[in-house]
Amino acid sequence: MKLRTLTLGLAGAAVAAGGAMAQDGDPIELGIPVFLSGAASGPFGLPQQNGATVLIEALNAGEVPAPYDQVGINGRQVEATYVDEAADPVQEYRNLVERDEVDAVVGYTSSGNCKAVAPLAEELQQLTVLVDCGTPQIFESVVTDPTYLFRTGPTGTIDSVGAVRYLMDTGVDMSRVAGINQNYAWGQDAWADFTGSLEALETGSDITTEQFPQVFAGQYGAEVSALLTSGANAIHTSFWGGDLEAFILQAAPRGLFQRSAVVMTTGEAAMQRLPDEIPEGAIIGARGPYSYFAPDTELANWFRETYEAEYGNPPSYPAWKMAQAILGLKAAWEKADSDDPAEIAAAFENLEFETPAGTVRMAIGNGHQAIQGIAYGTYALDDEGNPTVENVISYNAECVNPPADQTAAEWIEAGFPGADCE
Amino acid sequence: MLKFTAIMLDGMNYAAWLFLVAVGLTLIYGVMRILNIAHGAFYAIGAYVCASALGVFYAAGLPGALAFAVMGVVALIAGVIVGLVVERGVLRFLYGRDEVLMVLVTYALFLILEDAVKLIWGVESYFVYQPYAYFGFVEIGGLPYQVYDLMIVALAIVMGIALWFWLERSRMGRMTTAVVADREISAAMGINVTRIFATTFAIGTVFAVIGGVVTAPKIAVTPGIGVEVIILAFAVVVIGGLGSIPGAAIGAIFAGYARAMSVHLAPAYELFAIYAVMAVVLAIRPHGLFARASGRKI
Repeated sequence: MKLRTLTLGLAGAAVAAGGAMAQDGDPIELGIPVFLSGAASGPFGLPQQNGATVLIEALNAGEVPAPYDQVGINGRQVEATYVDEAADPVQEYRNLVERDEVDAVVGYTSSGNCKAVAPLAEELQQLTVLVDCGTPQIFESVVTDPTYLFRTGPTGTIDSVGAVRYLMDTGVDMSRVAGINQNYAWGQDAWADFTGSLEALETGSDITTEQFPQVFAGQYGAEVSALLTSGANAIHTSFWGGDLEAFILQAAPRGLFQRSAVVMTTGEAAMQRLPDEIPEGAIIGARGPYSYFAPDTELANWFRETYEAEYGNPPSYPAWKMAQAILGLKAAWEKADSDDPAEIAAAFENLEFETPAGTVRMAIGNGHQAIQGIAYGTYALDDEGNPTVENVISYNAECVNPPADQTAAEWIEAGFPGADCE
Repeated sequence: MLKFTAIMLDGMNYAAWLFLVAVGLTLIYGVMRILNIAHGAFYAIGAYVCASALGVFYAAGLPGALAFAVMGVVALIAGVIVGLVVERGVLRFLYGRDEVLMVLVTYALFLILEDAVKLIWGVESYFVYQPYAYFGFVEIGGLPYQVYDLMIVALAIVMGIALWFWLERSRMGRMTTAVVADREISAAMGINVTRIFATTFAIGTVFAVIGGVVTAPKIAVTPGIGVEVIILAFAVVVIGGLGSIPGAAIGAIFAGYARAMSVHLAPAYELFAIYAVMAVVLAIRPHGLFARASGRKI
C-alpha cells in the first residue's frame, strides 16, 4: 500500500496496484464521515455511527442474514475510521484517502458536503459511497461521468414528489401552500421539486410564502410568524437535524400544526427524540422506505432488533441508510470478487441488491445513483405512548424517480412522463 | 395589519435575544479591549448547563414555575465561575499585549471550550423545552405569540437597564468608566484595575451565559451552537460600535428588525439582511453608530 504515497499523478495506478496486492487476511478499511458535532450529530451522526458499528460487528462475526451471511466483505474483516463531517469536508476526505489510505469512503449527510467531495472521489479514484445527502445535482451536474462515486440513498426528488402525491391522495386542501427550507442546495432543490410537482399535478396552489433561513440558524420565531400569517393550508419543510427539532419546538406551541397540514420530509428522524412535542397528525417522511416504513423482511427485522438490543432504541432512518450503503458496497465487492477498486466500481454500476429497506437498484446517474420508493404517514402515539405512523401510503420507485435519461427537474416539468404509480 | 404586527413582534423579540448575546461582548471590549471570541463558547456552556440543571429539576418532579428561578441561578453561578476561571486563569497573564494577540488567545479558548463541552456533555442533543411551552401563547392582533418570547424581551430590557445603572450610578461602575477612559491614570488614582477587569469579564460572561440559558428551551442543545452566535454578536456590536452599550442595543434593534422585515417581506434575502445593514452602517460610519471619538496617543 506504500505505493499510494507516491506522486498524485501515479495515484490512480497505485490504488489499483495496492488493492491487487492486498492480502486476504488484511482488514478492509472504511473511512466513515458522519456528523460528530453540531446540530446534526444527535439526530444523524450518532445513529449513522451506531448503524455502521452494529452492522460491521455483525458482518465480521458472520451474523447478518442472507444474502449477507459471508463473513466481513468478501471474506475480509472490516474496520472503520469515523471522522467528523462537520469539519472541513475536503480536508478530511483527503486525510482519509491520502493519509489513512482507506479502501473506501462511506458517509456524508449534508448535500453541501457531498457536492464538495464528489469531484475529489473521481480525481483521487477513490471508491466512495454517499449515504444520505439528497441533492439531485450530484450526478446531474457535479459529476456527470462517474466511475468511483456512488450514492445508495435515493435523491431528495422522491421526498418532494411523494409529499405532493400524499397530500393529494389524503385530500389535504392545497389551495394555499407555503414552504420553509434551509438556504443551500438541499433546501432549494427540495422546494423546487415540491413546487414543480404541485404544478405538474395541477393542484392550482398559490404559494403564500417561501422561507429560506440559514442552515443551523436555530431561531425560527419570525419564520413561524410568517407561516402563521400566510394563511397556508399546507406547509412543506425539508428541515433536518437540529433545525427540524428547533422548528418543531418553536412552531408546535404556537399552533402552526393545528392551522396547517405540515409535511416534514425528514420527520421520522425526530420521532424518537421528540415524541411528545410532534403534534399528532403531522405528516412524516423518512426519505425512503426506512424505519416505520420498512418492509417486514428477515433482514429488516434483524437490523431493527439488533440495533435496538445494542442501543436501547429503534434505529432512525439515518441508521438504515448507513446500513444500506455498507451492504451495497459489500454486494458490489463480492460480485467483483476482487480488491481492485476499478473492478468493484464496475460491479457496483447498475447493481441491484437487497437491504433492510427492500431492494435497491442503482438505476440512474449512469448506474451510480440508487432509486427506491417512498412512503408517508401521519404521526401518532400508540396505546403505550410510543411514536408511530398511521395512514401510510407507499409509492414505488418508478412513481417518484425520474428515468435514467432525464434530470429530476426535466422530468417534473414534463409532468412525470413514464411514471408508474400503480 | 397582521403582517405589520408580526414584524414589530418578531423584530423586537430577535433584537432582545441579540442584545442579550452581544452586550457582554461589547462590555468586555469596551473596558478591557479584548475582542472575546470565546463569548460564543460561554453562550454554549449556558445552554448546556441549563439543559443539565433543568433535566435534574424535571426528573425530581418539582413545580414547573420554579424552573425559571433555576435558570436564573444557574446563569449567574455558571457565568461567574466560567468568567473568573478564564480571566484569572488565562487572560490576566496577557494584559497589555496587542489586541490581535488577545483575539488569537480567545479564539484558542473558544476551540478548547468547544471540545471541553463535547468532553463533558458528549455530542448527543439535549432538550429542555418545558419552559418554552409553560406559559403558552397569547394572541396579539390575531397572531399567536409565545409568552416565553415576550419574557425574553422583558429580560433584555431589565438587564440593559441594570447594566446601565451599574455603570452610571454605582461606585464600581464609575470606577469602571474611569478605567475605560484611561487605564494608567485610573491605576495611579488608586483604582484596583485588576479587580475591575475581573468583575467586568465575569459580568460579560454572565450575559453570554444568560443568552444560552434562555435559548436552550427553544432549540436542540448540541455542540457547535456557539459558532453562529458569535458571528451574529459581532455583527451587532460592529453596527453599534465596539465597546458601546447603547450601541449594542441599537445594533440589536437594527439587526432584529432588518431580519424580521426580510423574513416577512423578502424572505429570499434573509440571509443577507443583517450583514447588509452592517455593510451600510460601516460605509457611512466606519467605527459603528456609537463609536466613541478617541484621541491619538503618541
